[in-house]
Amino acid sequence: MPAMPDTSTHGAASGASPAPGAAPERIEIQVLRYAPGGGAPATQSWTIPWTRDMSVLQALQYIKDHLDGSLTFRWSCRMAICGSCGMMVNGVPRLGCETFLRDLAPGPVRLEALAHFPIERDLVVDAEDFIGKLAKIKPYIVPKEPRGLDEGTYFQTPEELARYESFSHCINCMLCYAACPQYGLDPKFLGPGATALLHRYNCDSRDGAREERMDLVHSEEGVWSCTAVGYCSEVCPKAVDPASAVNQNKTASALDWFARFLPGRK
Amino acid sequence: MAIRRTYLRPMDGWWRRDPFFLRYMAREATSVFVVAYALILLWGLVRLAEGEARFDAWLAWLASPLSVAFHVLLLAVFAYHTWSWFAIMPKTMPPVVVGGRRLPARAITAAGVAVAVAASAALFALATVLA
Repeated sequence: MPAMPDTSTHGAASGASPAPGAAPERIEIQVLRYAPGGGAPATQSWTIPWTRDMSVLQALQYIKDHLDGSLTFRWSCRMAICGSCGMMVNGVPRLGCETFLRDLAPGPVRLEALAHFPIERDLVVDAEDFIGKLAKIKPYIVPKEPRGLDEGTYFQTPEELARYESFSHCINCMLCYAACPQYGLDPKFLGPGATALLHRYNCDSRDGAREERMDLVHSEEGVWSCTAVGYCSEVCPKAVDPASAVNQNKTASALDWFARFLPGRK
Repeated sequence: MAIRRTYLRPMDGWWRRDPFFLRYMAREATSVFVVAYALILLWGLVRLAEGEARFDAWLAWLASPLSVAFHVLLLAVFAYHTWSWFAIMPKTMPPVVVGGRRLPARAITAAGVAVAVAASAALFALATVLA
């Protein structure tokens, strides 16, 4: 067993540091593993030494580096901004990098790939469905009319910014999809994350593609598949509040429907 | 591209996986009791149309121990229904800005519950006066 990195915070959970040379505390990490073509997923567990500053992601890295190199998981930034390391931690969708073992001690810690997505291998899911949905909502500003460089930059008031800013904080981590039973029951549902981003562009004063996006909102797989469970907003690591975006668009969709009866509207 | 051999986990018993889902299912289940009470009131209306004797019989049924027990259950379920409805309400409406600041979700929920309590108290007071 290789030596653990020395950390001054070790043992602080019990309010006291262990004596120098004392054996490090150990925690059991259970992972639902799946290998393509290898039958149904099965749980494998490892007991590893841990310190108070270790995240779930670091626990996985420890296992991969020292115990089992075949363990597969995604990660990149280690600071909750890339959205790669989403997984079910004790049944709750979390980012592995910002979930700390000290909050899960004494364990065991059960890790599983994000719920509702097909498992590609171990903790890696097939995200193609979400990526496709992301492309569908036109996640970019479509100018209202052509604008030349000589006309200068766009200006927005703080109020105009506030209308969409919180929804622009989405990091595409898909935790909200793992929290949404409606998506799990019917993956055709556009889902919380993509709808939050759709709402973000629809609320932007510079954008002119609201009508195109609303076709998606009105459709069978649009906002009406949501039953207001609300768990998506609970698990969002960036406080985007996708449930609010979806439900505000139910109102918008209903108003658009009634607006058809007004004179001069199609 | 290689064929992907992914594994999709079943959704059986999904609502038992998380206490949040249990609370959600409880909220949804309260709607059955709301319908049940609406039917009781509708039944009373039908009895009223049928004449005084039939309406009095309906009132007598309302005072029966079984009916009282059911109404106590209804009261508890309606209280949860009301609370859960106002708890999700902030997510169903556009941001409310008061004095340049966004009204927190908790304030919206609290206001909703307060209005429901006040309306119920007013209705109860009115019923007491009329009785």
